[in-house]
Amino acid sequence: MRRRVLPGFGLSLGFAVTYLGLIVLLPLAALAWKASDVGLAGILKLLASPRTLAALKLSFGGALLAAGLNVVVGLMVTWALVRYRFPGRRILDALIDLPFALPTAVAGIALTAIYAPNGWFGRWLVPLGIQVAYTPLGVLLAMVFVGFPFVVRTLQPVLQSLEREVEDAAETLGATGLQTFLRVVLPTLVPTLLTGFALALARAVGEYGSVIFIAGNIPLRSEIAPLLIVQRLDEFDYATAAALGVVMLTFSLVLLVLVSALQRWTRRWAEQSA
Amino acid sequence: MTAGRPGRPASAMRRLGRASIIVASILFLCLFLVVPLASVFVEAFRQGAHAFVESIDQPEAMAAIRLTLLVAVITVPLNVVFGLAAAWAMTRFQFRGKALLGALIDLPLSVSPVVSGLLYVLMFGAQGWFGPWLATHGVKIIFAVPGLVLATIFITLPFVARELIPLMQAQGSEEEEVARVLGASGLQTFFRVTLPNIRWALLYGVLLCNARAMGEFGAVSVVSGHIRGLTTTMPLEVEMRYNEYNYVGAFAIASLLALLALLTLALKSALEWRYQAAENHR
Amino acid sequence: MTLALKRLSRHFPDIAALDDVSLDIAPGEFVALVGPSGSGKTTLLRILAGLDYPDEGSVTQNGQDFLAASARERNVGLVFQHYALFGHLTVRENVAFGLRVRPRRRRPSRDQIRVRVDELLKRVQLAELGNRYPSQLSGGQRQRVALARALAVEPDVLLLDEPFGALDAQVRTALRRWLRELHEELGLTTVFVTHDQEEALELADRIVVMNKGRIEQVGRPHEVYKDPETPFVCEFIGRTNRIALERRANTWGAGSWSLPAGASGGLFHSAVGYVRPEHLSLSVPEGQPAWEARLRHVYLAGSIAHLDIYVADIDQTLEVDVASEDLGRGALTPGAVLRVAPTRLVTFPLGDGPAGAPVLGERWIMRGPNSTS
Repeated sequence: MRRRVLPGFGLSLGFAVTYLGLIVLLPLAALAWKASDVGLAGILKLLASPRTLAALKLSFGGALLAAGLNVVVGLMVTWALVRYRFPGRRILDALIDLPFALPTAVAGIALTAIYAPNGWFGRWLVPLGIQVAYTPLGVLLAMVFVGFPFVVRTLQPVLQSLEREVEDAAETLGATGLQTFLRVVLPTLVPTLLTGFALALARAVGEYGSVIFIAGNIPLRSEIAPLLIVQRLDEFDYATAAALGVVMLTFSLVLLVLVSALQRWTRRWAEQSA
Repeated sequence: MTAGRPGRPASAMRRLGRASIIVASILFLCLFLVVPLASVFVEAFRQGAHAFVESIDQPEAMAAIRLTLLVAVITVPLNVVFGLAAAWAMTRFQFRGKALLGALIDLPLSVSPVVSGLLYVLMFGAQGWFGPWLATHGVKIIFAVPGLVLATIFITLPFVARELIPLMQAQGSEEEEVARVLGASGLQTFFRVTLPNIRWALLYGVLLCNARAMGEFGAVSVVSGHIRGLTTTMPLEVEMRYNEYNYVGAFAIASLLALLALLTLALKSALEWRYQAAENHR
Repeated sequence: MTLALKRLSRHFPDIAALDDVSLDIAPGEFVALVGPSGSGKTTLLRILAGLDYPDEGSVTQNGQDFLAASARERNVGLVFQHYALFGHLTVRENVAFGLRVRPRRRRPSRDQIRVRVDELLKRVQLAELGNRYPSQLSGGQRQRVALARALAVEPDVLLLDEPFGALDAQVRTALRRWLRELHEELGLTTVFVTHDQEEALELADRIVVMNKGRIEQVGRPHEVYKDPETPFVCEFIGRTNRIALERRANTWGAGSWSLPAGASGGLFHSAVGYVRPEHLSLSVPEGQPAWEARLRHVYLAGSIAHLDIYVADIDQTLEVDVASEDLGRGALTPGAVLRVAPTRLVTFPLGDGPAGAPVLGERWIMRGPNSTS
């Protein structure tokens, strides 16, 4: 008796699931299969190696820090773009997506050229004792670069649709501009900022192209986790590469689940207090 | 520099705050986005226009450009069909496992490009799942064009679907239902009602998908094998030249990719403008 | 062409949208489905349109299974609350849509379509606006386009889902009259969903009052208004005063007022009575049972006036309607003290259980001594 009114349910779902199965699920199964060659013990041993540990710490620590910086700077830039009118605003707005549109390898060599000791900025920074290229700072810079659009683009529509009346009401109640921002505006933005944080984080953790050029890839110092995988693959050590892949994937997913839990919690909190 | 709303007298403090936010934002965006972009073109022309042209007018550069276009031409249509199918299923029907499907669509966004490439090496590489079988049948996927395409499809899989799903969710299915009641067939409903309603979002998705497909580096770098003239896309060619200290050559190719990025941004802004006009039109 | 709906049920995971609903719709009839949100009226309409299917039950048209036909074969016209116009098509293209998507052998020629669209646009008074886009029209105009689009396919049944719900009050009133005239002209079987009981009373030949997936009452508007069969209908259709009644020696009463002796009552101890605002007499002679009430407010609403009176005896404020021209005659100014009694009540006995639910199927209509009707 039950029929669907709009056609194409079987066809569209069937195609989508098959496609996802072939492109995403099957390869993931292959990853799990190959990683099992090394086994849990092997993975733990891998994690115990100082070089792996240092690379993971740089990838995840750097990405967390970069996402955090992006939230702060992104909030400021989005605020300026949404709330103020100034010359060049539309062009800057369009440029926000540059890190997304610019191929990562291009971003990588461009950043390196600028911050290398003889580069545009490098030649001024290095004498001051600030080494960016070929240090963890360079890795961080590249990670901030690739994650930047995510915070702004997530925040922008929400900030645009925020009711200005609420801020006006706060001010008629005697709140200063800063108080209004901290007590009225910011709490409502927290869940959105967390979404942007998560997206920027996910992008930065696995980032490869824009990082490897500026990182210098010095073991134990500026070597990122994805590079370890590439090195294992170059040595045709598929099992270890797969194990590293599983570790990275697991860490990223755990982090994202944590962020989304935090997000749900803050959203509920925001709704309850509203 | 004026406030967003007229007729509101601003205190000196407020004006100072506003000015500093605007100046800091402009400064940051210039140093952080404009300077790197500009540096690409400056470096490419460092030794003059002649050197620039010479470093592009080479067989391996042309092969890289052709390969990049080929990968995009295969990848984008496939992901468009997938995006349409996934969005149609997810927004027009209720079924069990919908949330899981949504999560799977987003998954490639949280997988490192290097790991994405690795997945296909593990499937089709020499020691991979299907490796031995492929070897005996003489089919080459890894270190060949099919591998590049597969890795690129994986990386760009979410882009079209993610643009369509929220839009189609918000639009609801009333217009399609009316079309059905008026006697339209399934295909008529799709082409005459659904497609016109989502055309801008679809184009937007295509644009993002294409930009990433042409610019992808990490994933294709793993599966490519870096065989000059055969399996190097433009981003890979940039890397190889850079590692050979051929900076002008690297930046020359990079400047072409940067132009593509600028074109993408311009089209994207135009689409957003058009899209907003269409929204106001509803 | 009678549509016979038999024992329809439709369950959603958390709610029974339709629960054993049966209804016959005669050819050419204008039926309003009225009820609060969640009462199942829209589900019923969607089933008729072919956009949903019942879990149980049948719909037949002259004995033919109506549900066997898909939405596109059913030949119904459908109008949604938010119009669902195709935003990328002009008004003309919207109206022509149903004709243009027909298979080639049944499709009218270009010229025929143009003539038909012209005729429909004239009928909905939009002849000048054919080349506009929906976004360039007002809400009322959009809804008329939606109606013309539905009529273009010459449907057997016209289905309207809260068609005036998104319009402002003035436009709504004008469109109601217009729709009624259109219906009289075309004689098209029409099923109309609304949560606005006034709209249903004004427009329909017959109204179907729905609540929680069930039909509470079916009848002509004045019947339903005058003889509501359930407490829900009393409260949902028209305005009313709810008064708790207690059993007295051989009659019923509340406070210092009671019905004439001998009123029916059976075995029940308590009941609830519903009194329409126009069924309260404000000048009961001394010697007859009545409440003493104080007039609190007078709200003049054109030809009639709404009064709020407070009855201390039962601690309740009652609504009374009088003709505006009677205001001066009875010295009806705030503060006046009146002798008040119901002239007509619809009464439902309450069971003895703790919840005091009305007893199903028991209902009396009681008249006071000074009743006129």
